[in-house]
Amino acid sequence: MTLLISVLEQGLIYAIMALGIYITYKILDFPDLTVDGSFPMGAAIAAALISRDVNPLVTLPICFLAGALVGILTGLIHVKLKVRDLLSGIIMMTALYTVNLRIAGRANLPIYNKSTIFQNSFVDKVIPESLSSFQVVLIVLVIALISKYILDWYLRTKSGMLLRAVGDNDRIITSLGVDKGKVKVVGLSIANGLVALSGCVFAQQQRYFDISMGTGTMVIGLASVIIGTSLFKKITVFRVTSSVVIGSVIYKGCVAIAIRFGFESTDLKFITAALFLLILVLGMERNRKVKVKVDA
Amino acid sequence: MLELREIYKYYNPGTVNEMCLFHDFNFQVEEGEFVSVVGSNGSGKTSMLNIICGSIDVDEGAVLINGQNITNMPEHKRMQRIGRVFQNPAMGTCPSMTILENMALAENKGKSYNLGRGVNRKREEAYREMLRPLNLGLEDKMHVKVGSLSGGQRQAMSLLMSTMTPMDFLILDEHTAALDPKTAEINMQLTDQVVKEKKLTSIMVTHNLRYAIEYGNRLVMMHQGKIILDKKGEDKKNMDVEDVLNLFNEISIECGN
Repeated sequence: MTLLISVLEQGLIYAIMALGIYITYKILDFPDLTVDGSFPMGAAIAAALISRDVNPLVTLPICFLAGALVGILTGLIHVKLKVRDLLSGIIMMTALYTVNLRIAGRANLPIYNKSTIFQNSFVDKVIPESLSSFQVVLIVLVIALISKYILDWYLRTKSGMLLRAVGDNDRIITSLGVDKGKVKVVGLSIANGLVALSGCVFAQQQRYFDISMGTGTMVIGLASVIIGTSLFKKITVFRVTSSVVIGSVIYKGCVAIAIRFGFESTDLKFITAALFLLILVLGMERNRKVKVKVDA
Repeated sequence: MLELREIYKYYNPGTVNEMCLFHDFNFQVEEGEFVSVVGSNGSGKTSMLNIICGSIDVDEGAVLINGQNITNMPEHKRMQRIGRVFQNPAMGTCPSMTILENMALAENKGKSYNLGRGVNRKREEAYREMLRPLNLGLEDKMHVKVGSLSGGQRQAMSLLMSTMTPMDFLILDEHTAALDPKTAEINMQLTDQVVKEKKLTSIMVTHNLRYAIEYGNRLVMMHQGKIILDKKGEDKKNMDVEDVLNLFNEISIECGN
């Protein structure tokens, strides 16, 4: 039971990040490695603010905006300075490592006895004692669902439709008289905003910030998106966000099972990578070989 | 009115492969003209369209629309007043979006793409009415993704989408070349109908000499970056495919083809 709850908690936290990766990878077709830096940045900002007794609720919008800003920078590097997509992300990811250390002040910042979005006087009052073990998972679920519904809404607006169109056929964006670079920047900013938000929630659930938190964010996010979208293939665009959320939970479940089977927590990144490879290979659409029988 | 004035365009400048495509190239299109442009490969037809739209830069010269110099205007800004249909049917539509969404996207061209609702349900019926004359049954597939349509259907949609909003010019870049003869014919008739109905000034590049003769009110033949034939009005009406073909053969022989 505790295992299930912890899988749900972490899966839903990472789902917020996976929604961001869904935008860059599936919609924009942009391999954005910035996320390996913007995820711990959300965590660093959250830890830094909370250790200074800032209201934990305030950290959520702040982290989203900071992430969005980082996404805009990646976008500008790519669009204005014409640096290749992958390299733009790597440049930002590397730079953010230092930025994150500066924000947190050190490589590891615990926030054990501070009030967080999960542990504060308001939450303790609203959620009855009997549900206290579900407290974290309920709050995470609410945040993940709000993120998902806002993203769903956005993708249905005019601006959101342009975003969907740009990954599909960027020629048409120009034909519609719109600067396709601008649309990419918008997409990257929303994506990294979500990723930083996810990092913010993660730091508060774990009750610390660690500089290495971001390593593999991209891989986890991609795995979640690919699991989600290949499991629920025949579902329309707007439900895709739901399948990404579910994909993230399934992915965390797989990792938890692997650890159950005797792997140690130090093996985590290896499991992450191996599992991702497995998912990639299984998720590929193979051309079915057609066996033709010819009568001799 | 569109004017290309003293255009110079070099490819691979500064290398041994340097090639001068346009050398003091001048071209004008008056309002209401429907120009068919023919010519062999490499004659500069598509380059000319790209220069008009801003997809490629010129080395010297000016592009003017209604007297306004747009030579340094970025492509997407120019496209706000230009409609363009490409040879590849996939270029004009978004495959992962439905017909309804594609049309809504196209209808908003020139306006701001803000946080307003992307698809206005009230317009659905109006879109159906626009699709009905195509006779392709698209009006019953409003919620089908465009990616699952055939090339001909997608090209008809591209044409419709690029002419939904008011514009100065319609650019047709070999837009029937990738279609089978029958579908090409349907699309060509449709183009003619739209151009006449909306009184569009159009430039059509084509390899189909019959279309060039049959449609439009001006015929231009290009060869090695120059205009070698330019017929309007009555002169154009009196030409037939034979005349154009003979001229075509002459220039081909010159080139040693």
